Amino acid sequence: MTDSDASGRLVRPFALTGGRTRPSRADFTLITTVTAVDPPPEGAPRPQAEQTRILRRCARPVAVAELAALLDLPVSVVVIMLCDLLEEGLITARPPRPVLPRSPDLDLLQKVREGLGRL
Amino acid sequence: MAGSDALATGTAGVPAAPDTVKILIAGGFGVGKTTMVGSVSEITPLRTEEPLTVAGLGVDDLAGIEEKRATTVAMDFGRITISDELVLYLFGTPGQQRFWFMWNDLAVGALGAVVLIDVRRPESSFAAVDFFERRHIPFVVAVNGFDGRHPYPAEDIRESLALPPDVPVVLCDARRRESSRDVLIALLDLLIAAAVD
Repeated sequence: MTDSDASGRLVRPFALTGGRTRPSRADFTLITTVTAVDPPPEGAPRPQAEQTRILRRCARPVAVAELAALLDLPVSVVVIMLCDLLEEGLITARPPRPVLPRSPDLDLLQKVREGLGRL
Repeated sequence: MAGSDALATGTAGVPAAPDTVKILIAGGFGVGKTTMVGSVSEITPLRTEEPLTVAGLGVDDLAGIEEKRATTVAMDFGRITISDELVLYLFGTPGQQRFWFMWNDLAVGALGAVVLIDVRRPESSFAAVDFFERRHIPFVVAVNGFDGRHPYPAEDIRESLALPPDVPVVLCDARRRESSRDVLIALLDLLIAAAVD
């Protein structure tokens, strides 16, 4: 593997995932919120360096897209690593509020509307 | 499964994760999407980049393509904290038409969209209007003036875009926070009116 800018930018992040480009689970969206489990569960494997970086960034709840931007990694790479962390019990994940076009959530919409009005 | 049990459970001492929702800011290349996200977001817009080889081609394994030059598609986004329990994210969609496959993923679960239009070249946002119309995703059209000026009334823009009467057209200045906020409020009013019906 070369480390030049042209290929490095693509290849290096995916080296973090062992070459995988697809997550093992599909439940991470851009606005899924992840939080590190503190203290980590008994018997959890020792996190690798890059996993530790992620865990530090999600000591408080943070959205997947924000995490990717802060780590300067593609979302797809971060999601694969989050899958591992979730399976190891090192993070929790909260899915976004479901939006169903056919049955809109009036209460939710009004809350957003009021919040915008306060800006 | 361990994963689903872990969903939404809090950890002692850490604030509970908020509910999250998103709105898309769409429109042609260079119409001011990131400007709008930035003017109303509580954080400087963040950027994520996705390698196109992965996003576009559905590559499962990167072995052997190390030499391929990586093209990335960038997406800027911002955040508005509504309350301790609710956070709104604003995603600027990639402007280039050839990256539209990303929009489908982005559009899933969105409350709605703002189609931003550059008053000097409205045709650059035609495709965005079309995209949301076809998918029945509620949207408002926001006309971004040039240097804050609006030479055409909203109705002229509506006509030139052949917009149905139920799509609101708002004149705005994407550089100004209150103006961008009012565009988002127009979208929420549209969504609320539809929910009440």
